[in-house]
Amino acid sequence: MKKLSLLKAVGIAALTTLLAGCKIVVLQPKGVISADEKQLMIDAVCLMLIVVIPVIILTLLIARRYRASNKKAKYTPDWCHGTLLEIGWWVIPIIIIVILAVMTWRTTHRLDPYRPIATKDKTMTIEAVALRWKWLFIYPQEGIATINYVAFPVNTEVQFLITADAPMNSFQIPALGGQIYAMNGMQTKLHLIATQAGVYHGRSVSFSGQQFAGMKFNAHVTSAADFENWVESVKNGNYPTLDMPSYLSLVKPSGWNKPQFFSDVEPNLFQKIIMSFDQPNKHHVNASFTGVHL
Amino acid sequence: MLESALLGKLTLDAIPYHNPIIMGAGTFMGLCVIVILATITFTKRWGWLWKEWLTSVDHKKIGIMYMIVAGIMLLRGFSDAIMMRTQQALAYGHHLGYLPSYHFNEVFTAHGVIMIFFMAMAFIFGLINLIVPLQIGARDVAYPYLNSLSLWLLVVSAGLVNLSLVVGKFAATGWLAYPPLSELAYSPGVGVDYYLWALSISGVGTLIAGLNILVTIIKMRCPGMTLMRMPLFTWSVLCAMILVVISFPILNMTLFMLFMDRFFDTHFFTSTMGGNPMLYINLIWAWGHPEVYILVLPAFGVYSEVISCFCKKTLFGYTAMVWATIAIAVLAFTVWVHHFFTMGAGPNVNSFFGIATMIISIPTGVKIFNWLATMYRGRIEFKTPMMWSIAFLITFTIGGMSGVMMSVPGVDFQVHNSLFLVAHFHNTIIGGVVFGVFAAITYWFPKAFGFRLNEAWGKAAFWFWVVGFYVAFMPLYVLGLMGMTRRMYHYTNVAWHPYLVVACFGAFLVLCGIISQVIQLIVSIKQRHKTRVGNDPWDARTLEWATSSPPPFYNFAETPTAVGRDTFWLDKHSGKKKAAAKYEDIHMPKNTGMGFIIGMFAGVFGFAMIWDIQWLFAVTGVITVLLVLIRTFNFKIDYFVKASEVKAIEAKASGAK
Repeated sequence: MKKLSLLKAVGIAALTTLLAGCKIVVLQPKGVISADEKQLMIDAVCLMLIVVIPVIILTLLIARRYRASNKKAKYTPDWCHGTLLEIGWWVIPIIIIVILAVMTWRTTHRLDPYRPIATKDKTMTIEAVALRWKWLFIYPQEGIATINYVAFPVNTEVQFLITADAPMNSFQIPALGGQIYAMNGMQTKLHLIATQAGVYHGRSVSFSGQQFAGMKFNAHVTSAADFENWVESVKNGNYPTLDMPSYLSLVKPSGWNKPQFFSDVEPNLFQKIIMSFDQPNKHHVNASFTGVHL
Repeated sequence: MLESALLGKLTLDAIPYHNPIIMGAGTFMGLCVIVILATITFTKRWGWLWKEWLTSVDHKKIGIMYMIVAGIMLLRGFSDAIMMRTQQALAYGHHLGYLPSYHFNEVFTAHGVIMIFFMAMAFIFGLINLIVPLQIGARDVAYPYLNSLSLWLLVVSAGLVNLSLVVGKFAATGWLAYPPLSELAYSPGVGVDYYLWALSISGVGTLIAGLNILVTIIKMRCPGMTLMRMPLFTWSVLCAMILVVISFPILNMTLFMLFMDRFFDTHFFTSTMGGNPMLYINLIWAWGHPEVYILVLPAFGVYSEVISCFCKKTLFGYTAMVWATIAIAVLAFTVWVHHFFTMGAGPNVNSFFGIATMIISIPTGVKIFNWLATMYRGRIEFKTPMMWSIAFLITFTIGGMSGVMMSVPGVDFQVHNSLFLVAHFHNTIIGGVVFGVFAAITYWFPKAFGFRLNEAWGKAAFWFWVVGFYVAFMPLYVLGLMGMTRRMYHYTNVAWHPYLVVACFGAFLVLCGIISQVIQLIVSIKQRHKTRVGNDPWDARTLEWATSSPPPFYNFAETPTAVGRDTFWLDKHSGKKKAAAKYEDIHMPKNTGMGFIIGMFAGVFGFAMIWDIQWLFAVTGVITVLLVLIRTFNFKIDYFVKASEVKAIEAKASGAK
């Protein structure tokens, strides 16, 4: 008994040291969507624990009680059927799954990344392009662009329009919400709202090749005023213009890129990138440096 | 010009002699092969090897050979695992670790491919081969030559994957080689070609094996063995083989289309010309999800046998177990989209597949309750197989819970592609399949070889494995929630580092487990004279224990008759004396080298396709097809073992006891 409590103490100490001071980002949401997803996760786990905990305890108890050496325990070698019991363990999981299914149906619709979040506040659009191996962000309304750096105001719904000019990637800022794939020639959508200002990690989470590990960025969530200032500073900051030629050099493979800024962007660049996959012979982008057409 | 005509893309540059890790591993593997070949030559065993093993169509020997391949592949796949764990424990912040990105990416791809196709599948098919014909009272499988062919196709594919270590490169795409990354534009090297040909060849082998076992179970059961009297292992295998037969054609055709894209410039899955990578992702998972159940259903069957045997109790709820297995097999085909909720499908589609996934947990839960009820009021003997089963019950329940969590799309959006996912599927595959395989090996080893495995080393291996598993994978759940993505050769977030160190330590505990298993095998072989067993060392219940250990090549001197479920148990306890044996001539298949030879040619064909050596693939391709045809028209494939010979063999066997 003494041994057991010692083990327990060591276990608790180890757990607290491991858990303290570290950020479990999924459980510490900073956005509307991520908070909803966290709650959903906790609800689902609690529902399942109704079965999981008894199963684990029963396994250990039964294994101990009916060990061969315990001759006092009852032994019924031919007992192999019990209608009531069996009905019980079909019905209990079914009830749990029915509840979970209803939750799933509702939340899947509510948390659909394509669905605008009902909000009275302002909304804005950012276009994200997965390149080998960095993220290009285009601000169509503001007319600027960035690499591996994204900024937007707090409490504002951001609609991310996402595509790729690279192998398949997935776009995610875990503190703010779930992910969606980024694919060549296609556009996906993700809606997020940050409820707290701060700097959040974001990255590609779907393996896309050699320097995939370095395909990360910081999302800077600021007040609306600070965001305006930042946009102005990029616009007037004497950064290069992102036109077609500079895009073509940007698209060449590179990894672990530092943030980069562009004061001006070619109009409709995002649409042009998507459409380029529709025109095989004019597919400037990859043909220009791999020599192979996609 | 001449060089490329002769050797295709293959040049000396294909050998990475500047990379000490690869060359070290390659040299070690080469040395092992040389030592083995030299031993065979010096002990003059070539003739024996050819006659007794390579050309054998005996399902038990083929099963054992499958298991040997699986064991070796477990070592290879595990070396990959420990390389990944050490790299991630080292490569944080400014430290770069010891693996460059390309090598790390190759390692995790090879790890996945080897562990699923050449470790887990080979173990499962090895077990099936070894046990199913015995359990249903058959003399062999339905198509013994095809059985040998399946084995050798798997062996050459495993060979190709390992060859890629030293000749060229392996794919660096992840184990399912998603396009467009796996297309020529983004992966111009031979890595993906190795992947495609290794999996295509082994895929054909698996499909043939699946059909073979399916027909065996349907057609070759002994008198009295009705479907509802079959042992649950055979039932689970039957369901798994139906999954193989339906799903493996999907895999083969999907890989073939990717090959067409790379070789003939078609556009099934490219980003342009109307090709669509999403199609590949749907197709590969339409195979990939059933594949999970192909692995785990037979393991479920193993647990049913082991728990009932070591609790000395009839399996609880046989009928429910059978229907639960069938339900899982059917539902296996209705859930593939849950592997990519995040690809942009609408909420109706995602909800449908999410709910379908959860529904699978109902029959699975029922199975777990039935196993618990079997243990309840039993007399549990804590032999190693039973311990693996108890570890399974707990581990798999946890793995199942994290699985149901991720079947809720809203949750999956957050943890998909993170280490949470990695933890989940290792939780189910190690806790479900691998533990089951280890239970099965300890349980059926005496049947296959006539002596027991050492219990002490088995228990040591058990504790190292189970504790190691939890230490290695529980931190990955936390890391997933901390936002750590899978497949990263390097990371800058130092908060992740301590967890990865713990996980790495866990991997080393598992290593101790594997070392214990190797020692266990050696010790058991050394002590084999002391641990000889009779027909029925565990006081078990099913037909395979009715014959001698190891069984004669014809399995049963007299065709058994099943009198009920657990027919051997009923016979033992019926109190009736066995009637004197009446031997008859036994109809058996002849050994053939064709499976081996066709396998080898298929392997060379694959190699030639990978390196684009045109004359060689033309020649070997034609020869392979010709050999298949020649064998098809060979009608002298069987013979009779005379009753007198059977009598002599049986007399000798009972005399030896």
